[in-house]
Order: sequence, then structure tokens, then C-alpha cells
Amino acid sequence: MLIKKNNELSENEVTDFSVYQNRRKFMKTAAGLGIAAVSGLPIIEASAKTISPYSTDEKLTDYKDITTYCNFYEFGTGKEDPAKNAHTLVISPWDVVIEGECENPGKYNLEDLLKPVSVEERIYRFRCVEGWSMVIPWMGFPLADLIKRMQPTSKAKYVYFETLHDPKQMPGQKRAVLDWPYAEGLRMDEAMNPLTLMGTGIYGKDLLNQNGAPLRLVVPWKYGFKSIKSIAKIRFSEAQPVNSWQKANKNEYGFFSNVNPDVSHPRWSQRKERRIGQFRKIKTQSFNGYGEQVASLYTGMDLKKNF
Amino acid sequence: MKISEYKFSRILKPSLFVLLLLPAIYYGWGVWQDALGANPLEAVIRGLGDWGLRILLLTLAISPLRRLLNWAQLLRLRRMIGLYAYFYVVLHLLGYLWFDQFFDWEEIWFDILERPFITVGMVAVILLTSLAVTSTKGMIKRLGKKWKKLHMLIYPISMLGVLHFWWMVKLDITEPVIYAAILTILFGERLFNKYFK
Repeated sequence: MLIKKNNELSENEVTDFSVYQNRRKFMKTAAGLGIAAVSGLPIIEASAKTISPYSTDEKLTDYKDITTYCNFYEFGTGKEDPAKNAHTLVISPWDVVIEGECENPGKYNLEDLLKPVSVEERIYRFRCVEGWSMVIPWMGFPLADLIKRMQPTSKAKYVYFETLHDPKQMPGQKRAVLDWPYAEGLRMDEAMNPLTLMGTGIYGKDLLNQNGAPLRLVVPWKYGFKSIKSIAKIRFSEAQPVNSWQKANKNEYGFFSNVNPDVSHPRWSQRKERRIGQFRKIKTQSFNGYGEQVASLYTGMDLKKNF
Repeated sequence: MKISEYKFSRILKPSLFVLLLLPAIYYGWGVWQDALGANPLEAVIRGLGDWGLRILLLTLAISPLRRLLNWAQLLRLRRMIGLYAYFYVVLHLLGYLWFDQFFDWEEIWFDILERPFITVGMVAVILLTSLAVTSTKGMIKRLGKKWKKLHMLIYPISMLGVLHFWWMVKLDITEPVIYAAILTILFGERLFNKYFK
């Protein structure tokens, strides 16, 4: 079976979410006091070991909401469509083609890609360009780990990603809503940032198809559409790639697409966001609250121009 | 075509009244039962807007239907349907002001200035208000010939309504195109009726 590491954590299938959250809280405290080891309580391996310093302790969005409210146009343009239609996607076996400016190009089976990495939990804020947000307990590994193994050459300035292109598996691709396949890109320093994750799961379980199984990008300081799903190709390139939404409407969507409350979108003010599950809106933070980790990547850049 | 006065005013009209109230009941119930998905407030705002536009188009369909079926009584349903359209449009606006902006007037003003789909939506609702307040029997009498002229505003209003939806949509314009097509047919019938019959 794919992604064994995630399956071992499937205790969450029988764990209520509030329990899951409370236990995490307890373990955080316990870890802080150094009593976890002597408390003698049964501790879930993964979450006990890996409370990442990058994780937020904000209230998690419900699993049901995360898995039923999705933008994944390959399965329809409605928010509920992907959850209904994504069952046609075959995620096993899954290959990822790696090409371009690197020493180790080739077609990699997903299991081989995952073998040497250790999957950990990262609880990130997720901000959609449409003005809603979630808090998602991802499972994944740093993209940097994968990039290092591929040994990019000095010409590799950008990393380009592509979703699978197969209208039989992804019926939404029969309509030319976007220019398929879906494509995204990161600058090399963005890709190597420790926050940038290759996601393989949510809530300790394997990713569901509608959330981008079996392998997706997670870039928490950028709008959600940058976090490309169901990745089938990764290319190292010298030139800046053109991402799908930029291609569709370059006045509204840029390459960087960093969360920025001061850059208003023609369709949505970005000053506030609706956290799914909450009534009142909350203020949107610059870089989605990850400025401490990533603001330095953009020093000297006019972020209003490079939106 | 003609049905008895009893059937018309005791059965048809009340049934239509209840029928047009169902979407509002559905959204009220949906919020109460948390049955509107992960983003219920957005579902409510969008849904009310959809129904406002649909019922507005239904109002515009009355005259063509009357001609098609040769059914004069239909005209007596038009005011109720038109006021229902206004009812949903106002609820849609209220939903936006409350659940989207929480009555942050500065933010709302920016929205009207910066976002064309909001601008045309606001213009449409203001114009529609002028039709709603002049829909009483007294106003019809008082305005006389001017009333008919004023209520021709329904044509630009419905176009602004479709445009509001079209510009709001991010990429997949299937739905607004359907509304635009229906509107074109309704307008086309009128032109045909006026100039070629």
C-alpha cells in the first residue's frame, strides 16, 4: 500500500476530532514540562514526536469541511464537486516525472520518492484567494528534501509543477475552463524554504483524492491555488514558469501570489477572511502570518507589483 | 386560455405565493440545521441572489407567456412575482452587508467603488427599489402614464442583474451565460412582437 507512514497513524479514524485536539494540547504541555516520557500515558507516536515548531495551535478546521469544500476544477468548478467526482482518479500506482535542470531526472514511482523521507505533521493556516481560510493538520515532508535528492544544477532557478492530465480520470478537463494540465511554480528559494511541504495526508490519514492525492504542494504563505494538487511532473527550469491562473487572467493572479491584505483583488478585498466554521471574519495577515519565516525572501521587491 | 376567477384567486395565486416563498424557507432551514455545507453564509448570500435573478426573469416572462398562451389573467400575477424578486434581492443585499461585511461601511464603500460587479449590483437594487415602492395601486393611479415609463426600468435592471452575476464569477461563466440567454429570448420576443407582428 502507498504511503505506509501515514497508514500507521490511522488511529485518527477512531479518534474524535475534539479528542485529537485536546490530546495534542496535552502533549504540547507535557512536552514543555518534560513529563511526557514519565507520564506513562499512551501517546500517539507521530503527533507526540513531531509537534513542529512551524505548526500553529489555532483551532483545526473540521475534517468534513476540509474534504468537502474544495477548489479542484479537474473535478468540476463547484466547491462540492471534487468530493463527489474525484473517485475516478487512480492514485496507485502513481508516477512523478522529474525533469529539467537536475542531475537525477527520471520517472519515479511514488513509493520510491517517499521511502527516504520521514512524514511529519504540520498544522498550517490555509488562505484561499476567494477570501476563506482553514487550519489544516497536514502530513508531509519538506519539499527541500526531495529537491536535494534530485541535485538541481546551477541553472535551476525555478521549480515547475504539473498536475496529472487525463480527462478520463479528471472529467473536468473535458471542458477548457483552464488550460490543462494545471501548472504551478516556485522560485528555488521559496521551494527550499523549510515551510514548503510536499503534502501526503490530512489529520493523520492519506490525502483524499479531492484534496490532491497522492502528492500535493503546501505553501502556507501563498494563496491556496499555488498549492498544486495531484502532482505528476516536477521540472527544474531557468526561466520563470507561467502558472495556470496567471495564464487565465494575469491582471488578477500573479506568479508570487503571496497572501497580502494590502493588495486588493479586483473580485475580493483581501483585508479579511472567513475562517471556515466561524461566523465573524478575521483580519488577513501579511504572508498569512508566516512573515517571520518568509518575508526576507522578498526584500527589495515591490510586492504590489509582484502580486 | 382562461380559468375561473375562483381557481385563479383562490388556488393559482396562493399556490404561487407559497411556491415562491420556498427558497427563503429552504435557506432559513438550512442555516438552522447547518445543512448548507462548509461555508453556509456564502451559500445563503449566493442562493438568495440566484433566486432574486430567477424570479426577476420570471417577472419578465409573464408578458410573453400571456401572448403565447393568450391568457390575460397572467398579468394579475406580475406584481406579486416582481415584489418577490425584490424580496430576494433585498435579502441578498442584506446578507452581503451583514455576513460579508458586518456593516463595515467604509469597507462596503470601497467595494462599491473598486469592484464593478458590486457597483452594478448596487445600481440595480436602487433602481429596483423605485419600482417596488411605486407598485401600489395608489401609485399606479397617481403616476398615470409616467408609471409605465418608470417601470420600463425593469429592462436595464435585469441586464445589470445578469452582468452582476457574470462579473462576480471567477472563471466558469456557464450559469451567467444561461441567464443571459434567457434574458435575450425574453427581450427578443418583445422586439419581435413589436416590430414584426
